[in-house]
Amino acid sequence: METLFSGLSLLAQWQVLVALAIGSVGGVIIGAIPGVGAAVAIAILLPATFAFEPIVGLTLLLGVYGSSMYGGAIPAILINTPGTAVNALTTYDGYPMTKKGQGHRALSLAYSASFFGGIFSVLCLIVLSPVLAMIAPHFGSREIFLAALMGIILVIVAHRGQVFAAGMLAFFGIFINTIGLEPAKYTKRFTFDQSWLASGIDLIVVVLGLFAISQALLLLVDREHKPRSANVEGNLFAGLKDLFGFKRIASASSGIGVLMGMIPGVGEFTAQFLSYTYAQKTSKNPDLFGKGSPEGLVASEAANNAVPGAAMIPLLALGIPGEALTAMMLSVFYVHNVIPGPQLFQGQLDFVVALYLALILLNVIVLIFLLFSTNLLLKIIQIPTRFLGVMILTLSFVGVYSLRNSVTDCAIAAGFGVFGLILKRLNLPIVPIILGMVLGGIMEVKLRSAMARVKSPLDFIDRPIAAVLFLLIIGILVLHVRTVIHEHRTRRQQENETSDMSTQQG
Amino acid sequence: MAHIKTLQELFKRYRRPGDIVFAILFLALSLFLLSQIFAETAWVKRTNWYAQPRFWPAVSLIGMAIFACFHFIGSVCSPRLPGRWKEVGFWLSSLEYVLYFLVYVVLVPQLGYLPSTVLFTLFLTLRVGERRVVNLLSATGFAIAVAVVFRAFLQVKIPAGRIYEVLPDGIRAFALIYL
Repeated sequence: METLFSGLSLLAQWQVLVALAIGSVGGVIIGAIPGVGAAVAIAILLPATFAFEPIVGLTLLLGVYGSSMYGGAIPAILINTPGTAVNALTTYDGYPMTKKGQGHRALSLAYSASFFGGIFSVLCLIVLSPVLAMIAPHFGSREIFLAALMGIILVIVAHRGQVFAAGMLAFFGIFINTIGLEPAKYTKRFTFDQSWLASGIDLIVVVLGLFAISQALLLLVDREHKPRSANVEGNLFAGLKDLFGFKRIASASSGIGVLMGMIPGVGEFTAQFLSYTYAQKTSKNPDLFGKGSPEGLVASEAANNAVPGAAMIPLLALGIPGEALTAMMLSVFYVHNVIPGPQLFQGQLDFVVALYLALILLNVIVLIFLLFSTNLLLKIIQIPTRFLGVMILTLSFVGVYSLRNSVTDCAIAAGFGVFGLILKRLNLPIVPIILGMVLGGIMEVKLRSAMARVKSPLDFIDRPIAAVLFLLIIGILVLHVRTVIHEHRTRRQQENETSDMSTQQG
Repeated sequence: MAHIKTLQELFKRYRRPGDIVFAILFLALSLFLLSQIFAETAWVKRTNWYAQPRFWPAVSLIGMAIFACFHFIGSVCSPRLPGRWKEVGFWLSSLEYVLYFLVYVVLVPQLGYLPSTVLFTLFLTLRVGERRVVNLLSATGFAIAVAVVFRAFLQVKIPAGRIYEVLPDGIRAFALIYL
């Protein structure tokens, strides 16, 4: 109880509340503009937050992270263009509902499902906290190393159909992190005798290049595309009651969202895919999915909004980010010398509680904001895409340059911008690079300290948590190979059947 | 023959035009970096393998090279897509904006954050063809808002412009701190 009050007093500072309000409302607007998204906004805001108290900076970023998906549902439902990438599945059923004249119902259902998912994940986080506080201290160097390794493996295998690309990019991320003067033996690594490489390549420079500058370049070079105008009429409050009819789907999808959010390297896409498949398989009207099924919409929105809260679990408890946005938030912790991990739960539980409360509050702020301002947002998002590119490029400069006033950093970020543009055009994943950089650094440090106490290879996994993590890694790899073989066999079978049919018809 | 076909099917994947160009370039980069591992990293005596400065660069570059190799094979095994060089042209055309961005970076410490941001947004708005007065006014308004919010309000670390030194006394101090 004392911790709760202490957390509340942390949250009650005016700077925190202002940051939360700006982050939440700003996040909704950013999420609603197709082509921006939370990653771009967080990358730009990141260096500016270093000047704030950690709790202020983190609530601002959390606000953007947690609210962008609410906003992203608006264009997904009304104009068939997802505001953020994770709202893509929302278009499947949201837009057909709009075409049937149920736009306001789809929107209000999306808002209430998102709210449900968001609150559900925070409640899970609160319930799990005592367990986390109990388990986290048992995570020593080898357990954290294994968890980070599992994160890398998961981020590679989770990119179905792009495993090789995800693999090479994740290893590229690990490589980038090794460039410069290494801190243990003070030798130079891959500096090619260039002084500007000696201090290494900063994560924020890479993040800004890959997410923000690449998006700006893409918008500037690509054809002009202005989102269509749309308007919504009707009572948006009705969806709150409507959601009770889908409580099973909402709960299951939020549960899947929480589970997927907690596992490093997986995230919103897998959560949405699994909950959508679950909703379709258990539905009385599976044929309606993709043609305007409210169940599909609820599954998609509840699942993706349950992820941010849950993604904070590995970050706060172990210091291991599960995806790109929490990886960016990790740098806010580092800048202020607040090291997330077991010590945070033991020594600064009020800080953790304040973050939970901020997450609950942001969901409430966003829901209220959206219920009254959806039509206003629809006008704001009609920014011509090339002008949007100008805005993002201008803001990217502040992000990179304010780090250490370095022209070199700006040039490196611009280089990564072009690299990110190529990846986006080829539909190759960017997230593995960021996770490779962050988790690679963690693995290097933790392996070094873990191995100091290990005599034989088996010693590495002689503790219960380490053994479980090791078995999980083996399980993931075996399951992945099995899935690939199964998919290959099914595809061959289908091809054989098609050729048989065409032979018969021929 | 059947084995080769199975292998081809296993590696075949969804692609977009230009994929093979990227696959070749990335593989070449991986192999080049791997070839430099002995020159660019050190092997320290009386130190275990896991604490060697060379260990993690080696792991990452070997992993990069292996996956890049598979990615390249996947690209070769998949049917050819038209529009490869058009796509490469698209990538290269982004360099024009990178150039503008770098000129802006160099101009900021000279002209100051506010003036260079106004110039930069106005120039880019004209360059992308948004020539209507309303767009130019929006660009100017946006630039002023960004400069004021980040430099004056959030006190983000951006140096004052050298040009501010020649301003009259009253305005100079204000410009040095806030603009």
